[in-house]
Amino acid sequence: MTMAVQKKAAEVPKRAQPAPSSIVPVDASPVPELGKGADLAAFREMLLIRRFEEKAGQLYGMGLIGGFCHLYIGQEAVVVGMQMASKDGDQVITGYRDHGHMLACGMDPKGVMAELTGRRGGYSKGKGGSMHMFSREKNFFGGHGIVGAQVSLGTGIAFANSYRDNGQVCLTYFGDGAANQGQVYESFNMAALWKLPVLYIIENNRYAMGTSVTRASAQPDLSKRGASFNIPGELVDGMDVRAVKAAGDRALAWCREGNGPYILEMKTYRYRGHSMSDPAKYRTREEVEKVRVESDPIEQSRARILANKWVGEDELKAMDAEVRKDVNDAAEFATYDPEPDPSELFTDVLI
Amino acid sequence: MPITVLMPALSPTMEKGNLAKWVKKEGDKISAGDVIAEIETDKATMEVEAVDEGTLGKILVAAGTPDVAVNTPIAMILTDGEDAAALKAGVVDAATAAPAASSASQPAPAEATPSAPPAAAAQADARPKIPAEPFAADVTPWPQAEVAPETPEGTEFEPMTVREALRNAMAEEMRRDPDIFVMGEEVAEYQGAYKVTQGMLQEFGTRRVVDTPITEHAFAGLGVGAALAGLRPIVEFMTFNFAMQAIDQIINSAAKTRYKSGGQMSCPIVFRGPNGAAARVAAQHSQDFSAWYSHVPGLKVIAPYSAADAKGLLKSAIRDPNPIVFLENEILYGHSFDVPKLDDYLVPIGRARIAREGTDVTIVSWSIGMTYALSAAEELAKLGIEAEVIDLRTLRPMDSEAIIASVRKTNRCVVVEQCWPQSGVGAEVSARIMENAFDYLDAPVARISGKDVPMPYAANLEGLALPSVAEVIAAARAVAYR
Repeated sequence: MTMAVQKKAAEVPKRAQPAPSSIVPVDASPVPELGKGADLAAFREMLLIRRFEEKAGQLYGMGLIGGFCHLYIGQEAVVVGMQMASKDGDQVITGYRDHGHMLACGMDPKGVMAELTGRRGGYSKGKGGSMHMFSREKNFFGGHGIVGAQVSLGTGIAFANSYRDNGQVCLTYFGDGAANQGQVYESFNMAALWKLPVLYIIENNRYAMGTSVTRASAQPDLSKRGASFNIPGELVDGMDVRAVKAAGDRALAWCREGNGPYILEMKTYRYRGHSMSDPAKYRTREEVEKVRVESDPIEQSRARILANKWVGEDELKAMDAEVRKDVNDAAEFATYDPEPDPSELFTDVLI
Repeated sequence: MPITVLMPALSPTMEKGNLAKWVKKEGDKISAGDVIAEIETDKATMEVEAVDEGTLGKILVAAGTPDVAVNTPIAMILTDGEDAAALKAGVVDAATAAPAASSASQPAPAEATPSAPPAAAAQADARPKIPAEPFAADVTPWPQAEVAPETPEGTEFEPMTVREALRNAMAEEMRRDPDIFVMGEEVAEYQGAYKVTQGMLQEFGTRRVVDTPITEHAFAGLGVGAALAGLRPIVEFMTFNFAMQAIDQIINSAAKTRYKSGGQMSCPIVFRGPNGAAARVAAQHSQDFSAWYSHVPGLKVIAPYSAADAKGLLKSAIRDPNPIVFLENEILYGHSFDVPKLDDYLVPIGRARIAREGTDVTIVSWSIGMTYALSAAEELAKLGIEAEVIDLRTLRPMDSEAIIASVRKTNRCVVVEQCWPQSGVGAEVSARIMENAFDYLDAPVARISGKDVPMPYAANLEGLALPSVAEVIAAARAVAYR
């Protein structure tokens, strides 16, 4: 494992290492291309998340999914690009907008959807719901409903990596809202102090529920939030999977080489409300439409694939059909899988 | 009139210390600020500075004297113009009017700094302490718990403080399993704010004995994350008062993860530290969280009284795959109990212990509450009332069977706790007895708890806010109608 890790780190394009607390702006230099295979894989993965979330929205409307349901539509490039940059063994932890992260980690759409509908075949046997799913096998550590709590937890997973010197990095995702929580900065401090291999990925989708970043943050440039801890930060175009992958490569190499934490602020956008019950009155329809038209991550990817003539429209349609089938199968499973046995009420409290 | 130098208190809970050394000898001239003596406790060594000028007239307690009670006159200082003849009157005076001379000594931090924060140490302004039961342990012998039933016949015992027992438990487990580490404020270089982790840095190094910044919320979360990733953290809170900053991570992350993951994730972590009232530290630093944590499914909550239980239960807690809240007590740290001399002494979690057998009334308590319970039982015996004292040891899961079996025998019960009364552990015990032994009761269950107020600072009010032996005796007599 250690050998592989070192090899990978050496492959990262050599950019100047960012000086502590420097901010690398979104620059105009061309984004490194992914190439045919990776671009197609990214497209399919983003499409899977989009179709899955659309279906989840439908099932919610039908009353099959209850409670809170936070959709990831619009933000797909972030987690897909980061997973392309990560290595086997790296851990992922995030907040409650977590379905995309699970799918990108390779978790089975059936198990995720069945958890959303609260069925026994769900990843948490139906006891966790939308915000609480885990996969030991895929190194996915949840799924946490308390804003910011996953940042301390992810820092602890990185502490375990450091304790074991295993060369793994914990990818710790949180939003622009969580970026104002106190424990985030307590965690930054310890991560920098002890040089823990943790990559903080701030998914800045511009709104913490209904409050825009500018209304909530004295320093709206969240990539600078590690400055007082000497944690380097970068602003990244989170709508372009290529930019995400490239930034992820740089940041993960930094962490893996023993330099401590790193911050990536992903500029992204969620098309849907904060949760299913959010009418999103705090922004205009035009604002959403403009992002959809100008920077949708999947449409960018589609256009690039077609322009490069890697495959044609027909192949992309066929891919969409495959993805829809996988999602429909998941929905079917999640609809007819039985609810947990009543005896499950009292299991899994303690060992 | 000669000035009497009293044995100072180095911390709010100090009751006695050793007079390690006299730096000045009789006849020496003394200026204010001169170090005149060194005293030591099991936590720290301190220098005693003179506050007044004069001549060291007489040393009343010789160097090397152990266990000198706080406020004992240790020396006389002659002021200008006084001679040795003044001493005789002074000694008499010291016995009756010690308070007047109390400012004559004041501890100053020596190289080994004290465990207590400076503000607390300054309390050595030794006005006569109004003894708040059961803290006057220098007059009342500390009640010994009976031998733990977990011990095989023929086992040898050795006296050990609760502090040593806790440290030995951690050290033994850390030698056994390299995935165990301890983290918290001042656990490493400072050797533990209450010296529970003394010597551990030297044995296990900085990788496994980790000093944290003052950042309870995130280091609790960090510990939980490390546990989810498979390590076995012991997270020390300097006191559980500060764990309120971290209670979200303890409950929302540690306690619930197994359930909300459908059994996939384990969180083998121990949160430990002193809980309950200390002495004279007022509202924010003197609080019993037993009821808070015992409310939460997904946690195991342990609160030992004796050193043997502290050791055996902490070892079991560290091995347990579940998140554990391990509530210690600062006042108990320095007290000695007999501990079995066994290579691997484990006490099962979730089992109460009959600390004293009796037939007339059951007294249920745990942790420091046992001191009231056992002292009361001794007094009650003189009145012909034989109390059976049950030490719960674990609050969750609670050993209902032990309580119910005893109440079915005695038909009466008094629960003793330091918690506030509303929704306290005593209320829970009372409800369980009502549900399971209603027909056996000859009197309503009585609760003796901390009073329903924030902890006051004034010594007399603090004493009133805490439970007392007298209250326990009165309650036992009331339920026994005697």
